[in-house]
Amino acid sequence: MLDSIGLKSAEDLFDSIPETLRLRRPLNTPAPLAETELLTRFEQMGARNNGAQRTSFLGGGAYSHYIPTVVDHILSRSEFFTAYTPYQPEISQGTLQTIFEFQTLVCQLTGLEVANASMYDGSTALAEAVLMAERVTKRSKIVASRSIHPQYLEVVETYVQHAGIHLEGVAYDNQTGQAGAGLAAAIDDQTAAVVVQSPNFFGCIEDLTALAEAAHAKGALLVVAVTEAISLGLLKSPGHCGADIVVAEGQSFGVPLSFGGPYVGLFATREKYARQIPGRLVGEAYDKIGRRGFVLTLATREQHIRREKATSNICTNEGLIALAATVYLETLGRKGIQEVAQQCLQKAAYAAKQISALPGFSLPFSGARFNEFVVRAPINASELLARLGDKGIDGGIALSRFWSDNPNDFLVCVTELNTREQIDALIAGLNSLSNSH
Amino acid sequence: MSSGITKVTSHISPNEQLIFERSQTGRVGYRLPALDVEEQPADSLVPAAFLRDDDLEGMPEVSEVDVIRHFVRMSTWNYSIDLGMYPLGSCTMKYNSRLNERVARIPGFANLHPLAEERDAQGALQVIYELQQHLAEITGLPGISLQPAAGAHGEMTGIMIIRAFLDARDGASASTRRTMLIPDSAHGTNPASAHLSGFSVKTIRSTAEGLTDLDHLRELCAHGDVAGLMLTNPNTLGLFERNIAEICAIVHEAGGLVYMDGANMNALVGVARPGDMGVDVIHLNLHKTFSTPHGGGGPGCGPCCCTKELEPFLPVPRVIQNQDKSFALDSNQPQSIGRVKAFFGNYGMMLRALSYTLTHGNDGLLEATEAAVLNARYIAKGLTSDFDKPYDSPPMHEVVFTDKRQTRKGVHTLDIAKRLIDYGFHPMTIYFPLIVQGAMLIEPTESVGRQELDQFIDAMKSIAKEAIDDPELVINAPHNTRIGRLDEAAAARKPVLRWKPKQAATAG
Repeated sequence: MLDSIGLKSAEDLFDSIPETLRLRRPLNTPAPLAETELLTRFEQMGARNNGAQRTSFLGGGAYSHYIPTVVDHILSRSEFFTAYTPYQPEISQGTLQTIFEFQTLVCQLTGLEVANASMYDGSTALAEAVLMAERVTKRSKIVASRSIHPQYLEVVETYVQHAGIHLEGVAYDNQTGQAGAGLAAAIDDQTAAVVVQSPNFFGCIEDLTALAEAAHAKGALLVVAVTEAISLGLLKSPGHCGADIVVAEGQSFGVPLSFGGPYVGLFATREKYARQIPGRLVGEAYDKIGRRGFVLTLATREQHIRREKATSNICTNEGLIALAATVYLETLGRKGIQEVAQQCLQKAAYAAKQISALPGFSLPFSGARFNEFVVRAPINASELLARLGDKGIDGGIALSRFWSDNPNDFLVCVTELNTREQIDALIAGLNSLSNSH
Repeated sequence: MSSGITKVTSHISPNEQLIFERSQTGRVGYRLPALDVEEQPADSLVPAAFLRDDDLEGMPEVSEVDVIRHFVRMSTWNYSIDLGMYPLGSCTMKYNSRLNERVARIPGFANLHPLAEERDAQGALQVIYELQQHLAEITGLPGISLQPAAGAHGEMTGIMIIRAFLDARDGASASTRRTMLIPDSAHGTNPASAHLSGFSVKTIRSTAEGLTDLDHLRELCAHGDVAGLMLTNPNTLGLFERNIAEICAIVHEAGGLVYMDGANMNALVGVARPGDMGVDVIHLNLHKTFSTPHGGGGPGCGPCCCTKELEPFLPVPRVIQNQDKSFALDSNQPQSIGRVKAFFGNYGMMLRALSYTLTHGNDGLLEATEAAVLNARYIAKGLTSDFDKPYDSPPMHEVVFTDKRQTRKGVHTLDIAKRLIDYGFHPMTIYFPLIVQGAMLIEPTESVGRQELDQFIDAMKSIAKEAIDDPELVINAPHNTRIGRLDEAAAARKPVLRWKPKQAATAG
């Protein structure tokens, strides 16, 4: 082949690179491994992840739910996972129709009218929602409850730091665990949006209807983040409560924990804001003889056309993970999503009741909850959880990892995958370890 | 039998409806174990006003086999790498090894919660750390963050790092340095990312040769307001910016930094390193150069790699190795731009990319680069007689042509692309870069053998001939797909972005 293009050696392929810039030594990366060697190496590293082998009550933005077998089978079809972004609709209808169904499902779950083709994850979707609220209202103040996932707030802070947006964090209510009274009080006529998470980081459900009224009274938008998307199967949709932009982490919909990613951000809003939405949108279209198909649409919002005036810089999103969520939601369907949500609610309620009855343990927050709740232990939570871990149970997330006050508090999450036996083992473990201290 | 079914089709799949149109009340495709705790009335646990009031009406009710057939049928409407050559320029559509997929599914990684304690996630952190080491060696840039989720996200991260560095270096006077220089041939994400970081954009011209215009660069750098330059190298015309060292020197002398868009790193791995060229910060696309699958539009992974000097500004948490060889997360970085994503980024992509790096080995990575460039050169030579090639210089891993010769007969780039579908290929990238009229940007990657390259060249030559002999044939392509060209203008004028039940649709 070199001959046919008139070259003598592979070396000549790189003639346009000045000699002084050439790497004249082999890369100092490992020699090649065969398949069996490689698998052994990764399996050994995987075995060092004790956390993957334990009974788990960890939530806080990533959740263990049952993933039907069909999800990974569909995801593993080459036609989906080795395709590119559907720029050529005639040979991308599989991807395009799937995204159209995904957008519809997100609208149904959030109670809103328009959803995009996905964002990177819940946290970046929230940051994009804040930027969009500024564009829509042309106001620059954002009022956010501190009951939002602390990592989500950090991401929002990073995104807005050069956008001329002032982000005001408002303390949560120490009694209820919900957004504090200060949140509504902080809304003024410069406020672009009020931002809350529901259920919030502590698992408490926010009164979205009241917050929507307070926001709208001052001409601000209500932005709602959902990290546990299964809650949408049980709780009144944020859209019906009056939210203007709803973002969610879609990991709960058939996506493995995988140490934090890839996950998928859901993004929905009202129809009147469709042209302000970030990211890709798929819409219905017809060919010359009237056959229905789907295309990427409203592209004039996007970076490849609008460049610096685009609604976002996002290009590659989370297509395959959106497919996983779509397969999951269609397999579980209308009944299944509600049943999974109901089981989460019931099992978490059982666990919360039993734990709160243990001597020295209490639940510090009174707000209604879905499947997560904060426990206050009689001893330091980090130490308690470490010893519980040695018994094969990850009992929760110590809140001292995020805040220095209340070192005895930890966040427990219960899903439909946690059996009564596991919950009882957690309770017995907490009881014996706090007594023996 | 319902009316409207077309029985005479080669396959049932062309008739596949939306799942919502297939839905049958009461049908289910799952079973959960029975609830094993005493059930309380939901409204005794959650106030009734907070409970869902629509019974999820409209969501699908289908069986498992319905789901499988639905998606398998739809999948047959997609083109994919596994079906054949996918020569999208700037996208690096290379083969995605099944071994990498298997690695990502190892339960020790797939079942690991991101908030597991460090001591319980040592293997996972080791993967991140090792990949960081390899990427540092490949790019010649020692500071790495794997947190960005895609190329544009890595760009935003890199530009925010530049901004944070300048603010720290210049203090209040940094506020006068808010201009980002971007060539006219750049990806659209570049200006969009610069804008997100509060920079205004000035465009640099390209020369007739297709390279950055140094005189124009000097002129733009003369005003003291330049924060940096965003440059793709090889650039989007597939040409190596051979003056890169001088370009970096000009920008540095003007007090700015150089950001390199690493979308085209597949031309350089093992051959030359951005760090050695004077580049300060770069993003990589693991979903391009390191073979993680594109998944129909993601997930990606856009690591940000930078010099020692910029390292303190990388996103937190950083993954580090302690003296005792254990791995840890370090959030104590006061100059960091902050966090750009919850948790650690698209971890599953890091597993695949490390697997790619280890199976190729250092010699294999170099061979892949050589094959990628050789293949592009072969196509460049093969098509020059039939298509207009706007730049004479030999290309690196991708080559751009125009439709100049074909337009005389009314055949345009879009038509050529659509006709290529009839020949069994995915089209090349079209109408990009914007500075080339009717651009066709072809990137074969290393995953194509000579036989398939020849078939592609033959197909393109045949289309060139058709454009002369029978232009209508090309203009009306594709002819063999499930649907014809869709009316995109109509779709954008009255967008229908979701399915609605019939009654609701008429009610508005």
